[in-house]
Amino acid sequence: MAVVEQEQAPLELESGEDQITERPLGAFTRPGGGGGWRSWLFTVDHKKIGIMYGAAGLLFFIIGGIYALFMRLQLARPNNSILSAETYNQVFTMHGVVMIFLAAIPLGAAFSNYLIPLQIGARDVAFPRLNAFSFWVFLGGGLFLLTSMFIGGWWENAPDGGWFAYSPNTGVLFSPSKGIDFFAIGLQITGIASLVGAINLIVTVLNMRSPGMTLMKMPVLTWMLFIVQLLLLFAMPVISVALFLLTFDRLFDANFFNVAQGADPLLWQHLFWIFGHPEVYILILPSFGVISEIIPTFSRKPIFGYPFMIFSGIAIGFMGWGVWAHHMFASGIGPVAVAAFSVSTMFIAVPTGVKILNWLATMWGGRIRFTTPMLYATSVVAMFTIGGLSGVTHSLAAADTQQTDTYYIVAHFHYVIFGGIILGFFGGFYFWWPKMFGYFLSEKIGKSSFWVMVIGFNLTFGPMHILGLQGMSRRIQTYSEGQGFDLWNLVATIGAFLIAVATAMFIANVFISWRAHRAGKTPAPGPDPWDARSLEWMTASPVPEHNFDETIEVERQDEFWHRKWGKDETGRVVRRATAEEVAHDGSNTNVHLPSPSYWPIVAALGLPIIGYGLIYNLWLCVVGGLFVLGGLYGWVFEPVDDPNADGHHDHEAHGTSEETGAEEVDENSSEEVSVD
Amino acid sequence: MKIVLRRFPLTETATTETSNDHSEDHVSTLGVSNDKLGMWVFLGSDCLLFGGLISTYMLYKDRIGPDDLGPEEMFDIPFTSVSSFVLLMSSLTVVLAITALRRNDIRRCRIWLLSTAILGAIFVGGQVYEFTVFYREGLGYTTNLFGTSFFTLTGFHGVHVSVGIIMLMSMYIQSMRGKLTSANEEKLEIIGLYWHFVDVVWIVIFTIVYLFPQ
Repeated sequence: MAVVEQEQAPLELESGEDQITERPLGAFTRPGGGGGWRSWLFTVDHKKIGIMYGAAGLLFFIIGGIYALFMRLQLARPNNSILSAETYNQVFTMHGVVMIFLAAIPLGAAFSNYLIPLQIGARDVAFPRLNAFSFWVFLGGGLFLLTSMFIGGWWENAPDGGWFAYSPNTGVLFSPSKGIDFFAIGLQITGIASLVGAINLIVTVLNMRSPGMTLMKMPVLTWMLFIVQLLLLFAMPVISVALFLLTFDRLFDANFFNVAQGADPLLWQHLFWIFGHPEVYILILPSFGVISEIIPTFSRKPIFGYPFMIFSGIAIGFMGWGVWAHHMFASGIGPVAVAAFSVSTMFIAVPTGVKILNWLATMWGGRIRFTTPMLYATSVVAMFTIGGLSGVTHSLAAADTQQTDTYYIVAHFHYVIFGGIILGFFGGFYFWWPKMFGYFLSEKIGKSSFWVMVIGFNLTFGPMHILGLQGMSRRIQTYSEGQGFDLWNLVATIGAFLIAVATAMFIANVFISWRAHRAGKTPAPGPDPWDARSLEWMTASPVPEHNFDETIEVERQDEFWHRKWGKDETGRVVRRATAEEVAHDGSNTNVHLPSPSYWPIVAALGLPIIGYGLIYNLWLCVVGGLFVLGGLYGWVFEPVDDPNADGHHDHEAHGTSEETGAEEVDENSSEEVSVD
Repeated sequence: MKIVLRRFPLTETATTETSNDHSEDHVSTLGVSNDKLGMWVFLGSDCLLFGGLISTYMLYKDRIGPDDLGPEEMFDIPFTSVSSFVLLMSSLTVVLAITALRRNDIRRCRIWLLSTAILGAIFVGGQVYEFTVFYREGLGYTTNLFGTSFFTLTGFHGVHVSVGIIMLMSMYIQSMRGKLTSANEEKLEIIGLYWHFVDVVWIVIFTIVYLFPQ
């Protein structure tokens, strides 16, 4: 019988046995805790998974940014020939797909994974192994998509139909390369990751809150991320259907988008945008949540109109399902539909406006500290307002038919996505970096990189409004002289490189600040470096593996703040305790945690193999299927806890309760943990 | 040793000195286990999957070639009614299996588990038979839009039923190994949720796809 090592040294009972006769499956033992790469590969810790999501998202952000730089180089001068038309199609498609599905969604997932359990006072997510599975599936799907760049020739087989991949244009007839197959299957795989993650986090928020934390006491960030998970839950199956139909069309000669057989070319557009518009809010709401944490902290005021913040978020999530056809005003859906979707599109600006005014009101009269996170957060308010207003101009269908497929649209959604989402996430990095890694990022580099980024961003996308209104089309590889496009395109290219410089400064900041921290030149952040409000600051930095030393009884919104601050007889706010007195120091070693597992990554590995199999050789599907099946069975037969971890619970009981019928994606995985 | 199914969320897994006293009364925020809640959430998502497929079918059901057979001529309502009845009965048997398990009547539970799986298998078999008949009558997957969307929709449902059968059989195999006890009741209940959902979806499909054209 195999021997399972004692694991997770800092958290386990020191008296734990070091031998166990239980074999979860076959010859494999449980992965040990320990350090090094293994502790990341087999981890089920939501914090490590969150950090991996963030790292992968940043990596894909840089890759997608490199695509953008090549596009901007190509467009810097008229009649340029750096990229051929075919390559350009692939590059802008990959830019969109990578940025949206592999950078923005996972960066949101990074914040969700890391912060939701901490903000609700939980030890981990509801299904820790499922969480690991969803990360590895995402990473596998993302790498699968990227390999389309070089499999079968350099830039021969990358998707070339735009990130929305309008069918029938993406049928085999019009897009004969393998690119769209990679697109459809790759997004199907990352969609599984998002769906599984959404189920996991919804259950976590609903079921694992600290005692006393009612829904209306949750931090705004957790609320927004919760709404995002609900949107993912219902939007992902729709894109799955669309991608299934497209895949079946391309691989098995189905007819869904075969116009010769009478197929409706609008079917894809409807399915895609029913997913695609909620997707916009899936992307933006995490950033709204992030700045809703940053702004109150650095204004030293509670968030203004907390219930309005929550309900406007819910309203956005709800109305987000009723505006999808504004992406289709130019496709002939009829005057009634156009009018209805115009109105609903104008309406959805209202809850967004509520949020913007609430952020302003939060700052009003506050003692504002313009740290780097606060700079980013305020810039989100400003930049997103510009993007939101140009969005409202699209709701006027008459104007929109002029703007469709011009750079005006590109300008609009980059103000929303870059100005709203990416800037907010960078603010979030600076804000939570001390919490995640235990050292400050340099404010000096942070502030200068902020200005480079904001100026670069406005130089890049501001001129695109003008270019679009002048009539420059999206997705064209080049333009000729004398159309009046030259100057602003050059400006946009310069701006794009400034963004690249700012991103490089951020990466440099990470390493420089880390070295300064190692050398002892910067102070340790302590549990609560910003005098913040929510529960994640109530534990040590970096967060210990068990999150909190003891369960937190929540009485109020901003519980942590109220434990630090109170009012004296005259109503003045006075400090009652320091953060160090209130916060847990992470010294409790007597906490039992779910154990690491091999199986999530094994099961996840099978999916891209199945993907390659579908495209190149169906036998590979068998290999991939074996990985998935083996992974799932290993998973199901493996107790949630390493039975070894605390010497005295009943292995048989766990085996039995775990191994029953969990072929379906999510159930009976992982939350049974013993209470002794 | 006594077997106890633990349903405590991780917030309460900490066995610290201080939290021990109240860890027992705070089971989970909503009072329902994470497993079961997870299944409900997943089923909510699955509704949209079938929603998309059913919409596609509704859009395409009449788009056939001039010589092709349409839904009215193709479907054998009596046959499909019987197989639908078989599937619906399996919802009853799975409930019987759950109640038997709740009473710790393992023998009955096994019988009902097996009959549920068999009824499901009969349904899937009927579907395969139906597909073959349609194919012989000239309706292939690629023949026309009706065929493409019909086989995709009912095929996705068939896959769902098959996954359910695998789950039921896993439970059954557990029972043969003597590992099925009333402590597993919730596992079976969750599988039952999934099974009922698949049945309900079939009621919708049967009504929309088979009965509407008549």
